[in-house]
Amino acid sequence: MMMDYVWLIPFFPFLGFLINGLWGQRLSKNVVGIIGSGVIGLSFLVTIKIFLEFIKLPAAARPVEKVVFTWIASGTFTAQAAFLIDPLSLIMLLVVTGVSFLIHIYSAGYMHDDPGFYRYFSYLNLFVFAMLLLVFGNNFLLMFVGWEGVGLCSYLLIGFWYEKQSASDAAKKAFVVNRIGDFGFLLGIFLIFWTFGTVNFREVFTLAAKYPVGSGVITAITLLLFVGATGKSAQIPLYTWLPDAMEGPTPVSALIHAATMVTAGVYMVARCSALYSLAPLSLTVVAAIGVLTAIFAATIGMCQFDIKRVLAYSTVSQLGYMFLACGVGAYISGIFHLMTHAFFKALLFLGSGSVIHGLHGEQDMRKMGHLKKYMPITYWTFLLATLAIAGIFPFAGFFSKDEILFHSLVDGRVSYWLIATIAAFITAFYMFRAVFMTFLGESRVDPHVHPHESPPVMTIPLMILAVLSVVGGFVGFPIIEGAHVFREFLAPSITPVAHTGGHHAVSFEVFMMIFSMAVAAVGIYTAYKFYLVKPDLPTAMANRFPVIYEYIYNKYFVDELYDATVVEPIKAGSDFLWLGVDDKVVDGAVNGSASVVAWLSAHLRKLETGFVQNYAVAILVGVVIITGYLIGR
Amino acid sequence: MVVPLSHYLALSIALFALGVIGVIVRRNALVVLMCIEMMLNAVNLAFIGFADHFQAVDGQMFVFFVLTVAAAEVAVGLALVVAIFRTRATVYVDDLNILKW
Repeated sequence: MMMDYVWLIPFFPFLGFLINGLWGQRLSKNVVGIIGSGVIGLSFLVTIKIFLEFIKLPAAARPVEKVVFTWIASGTFTAQAAFLIDPLSLIMLLVVTGVSFLIHIYSAGYMHDDPGFYRYFSYLNLFVFAMLLLVFGNNFLLMFVGWEGVGLCSYLLIGFWYEKQSASDAAKKAFVVNRIGDFGFLLGIFLIFWTFGTVNFREVFTLAAKYPVGSGVITAITLLLFVGATGKSAQIPLYTWLPDAMEGPTPVSALIHAATMVTAGVYMVARCSALYSLAPLSLTVVAAIGVLTAIFAATIGMCQFDIKRVLAYSTVSQLGYMFLACGVGAYISGIFHLMTHAFFKALLFLGSGSVIHGLHGEQDMRKMGHLKKYMPITYWTFLLATLAIAGIFPFAGFFSKDEILFHSLVDGRVSYWLIATIAAFITAFYMFRAVFMTFLGESRVDPHVHPHESPPVMTIPLMILAVLSVVGGFVGFPIIEGAHVFREFLAPSITPVAHTGGHHAVSFEVFMMIFSMAVAAVGIYTAYKFYLVKPDLPTAMANRFPVIYEYIYNKYFVDELYDATVVEPIKAGSDFLWLGVDDKVVDGAVNGSASVVAWLSAHLRKLETGFVQNYAVAILVGVVIITGYLIGR
Repeated sequence: MVVPLSHYLALSIALFALGVIGVIVRRNALVVLMCIEMMLNAVNLAFIGFADHFQAVDGQMFVFFVLTVAAAEVAVGLALVVAIFRTRATVYVDDLNILKW
């Protein structure tokens, strides 16, 4: 049984990290690339093998827990280094290893001329290792290790080009913002241990089932965990780091900041569905934050000109959808969207990377246009991914996004659905705006730059991801009974919310699908009108509503707001502590006592004349005084 | 004729005081050493006086010890003075103040 060797899945990437990290400098680039991608490929193969074994297991034998060793045992507290193999973790494993493998291969082409090639691959392997621990551990503590590990790798890779000030700033920002979320997550774990006396997922969920719905402590736990999710998955109010994270190399953006790491929060919420389903208040918070983030980020995405930033805001917005799904109790739809999003968003980022590569580093869409002629493969794959994210049948995004919209209407509130639908319209608009500005229309490319298509090592992953973006949604085919393989496979891992929405007429479901497609189509048409037919219309609109445009263009001034309300006060406080307390009080006390001693010594040393007779006099005086005292007593 | 104890003690105090003054005020290291001898011998004299007065031999015993110590001290002290004279060409304690920082 391969399942006994499940530890191989995280082991391979770690091995790759060690080899590339320790000896990568001495190895040739080809070897580094082969090792870096190969270890992920091996993990992927092991995952597939385990997946095939798992689906053959009878339902009673699921899920499987494999203990590698006992990691911590202290009093009543134990934590094992153990892996939980259940449908949810398997889906995540397949997505993480599969997409990572493609992105590693792509990276070998994209990063080929970078002097930090080996460093890049060792970080990337370490990231995959941490991500696998995150999705694969059987307890909260191991998940937290992975959670922090991916945060670290995210920091290292955002700041990969650390000699660039903006990159190292962005890395620090990502790390600090994530810390805020992680703090909440950690408190959540403490509270779990305090309440249940264990951190093992299955034990916690079994014990939690005894609590009543809406119990205060469960609500507190879930809200704290969700704070962690808002940090890692870039939701309001902690989303600001993700757009800046685009300073990292583009494949990193594809892997970490689109396909895998940022979805950790969604995975965590789905994993803890047993807890969240008991806390209606938390679910409301999750759904509200999700839907607000979805529309908020989507509107910002409309007015960005950096192609990667458009995609970054799009990621934030799509993550909002996933949280919306979880918040209305449709955890499976959330995970479904997570998977399809991993395919098409990774493809979009890699496509944008291909464009940037072909234009020698240009990221501004105002200096692109008409690239279809030069990079046909990139164009077609990018277009397929765009159709998928816009939600056009039969592409992957259609199935998952439509499911979320449907559930938010049926299980949630009309307001959720309405906002999410508007966001879907905006998504279709800004994504096609990106396509039109980049690949079609007039060429605005700098005449000195000669665009070229990327090498096969980059385009083949694009094509594979394009296939996945097209067919990936069919595992979750709606309406027909039993066709939603994804839902049936995943259902044992999820504890649904107690209230179950009644049965809905098929005609209603079909109508909603057609409606959401129509919304997307209108979005696409608007973009077409704006950016192909009348290219001066956007400027005219911006001039007509200058205030609104100014707000959106500047990302609602949220960064400035955080700067003014959080960063600057902390800086001022630190300045006070540094110049006031540390320099004056602490150093003052230390230096002051030293100078008092020095002053005293300067005077006392005059007693030490060096003349032996002076000492003799001192002895004599002492003897006289002591004797006088003894006699006169 | 028996000399009373007070006479012994008076002489001893006078010798000791002379010795102390000599140690403190004289500049020549040799003289200082000799003054130290004088102080030791003043003490010896007091011991002898008390031994005679109390008809006990303990005091005389102590005198032998003190004489031994004094002999050793003179040997070391003179050796030091000779060594100092060789390096510094002086035996005046006023010139010897390097024993400080």
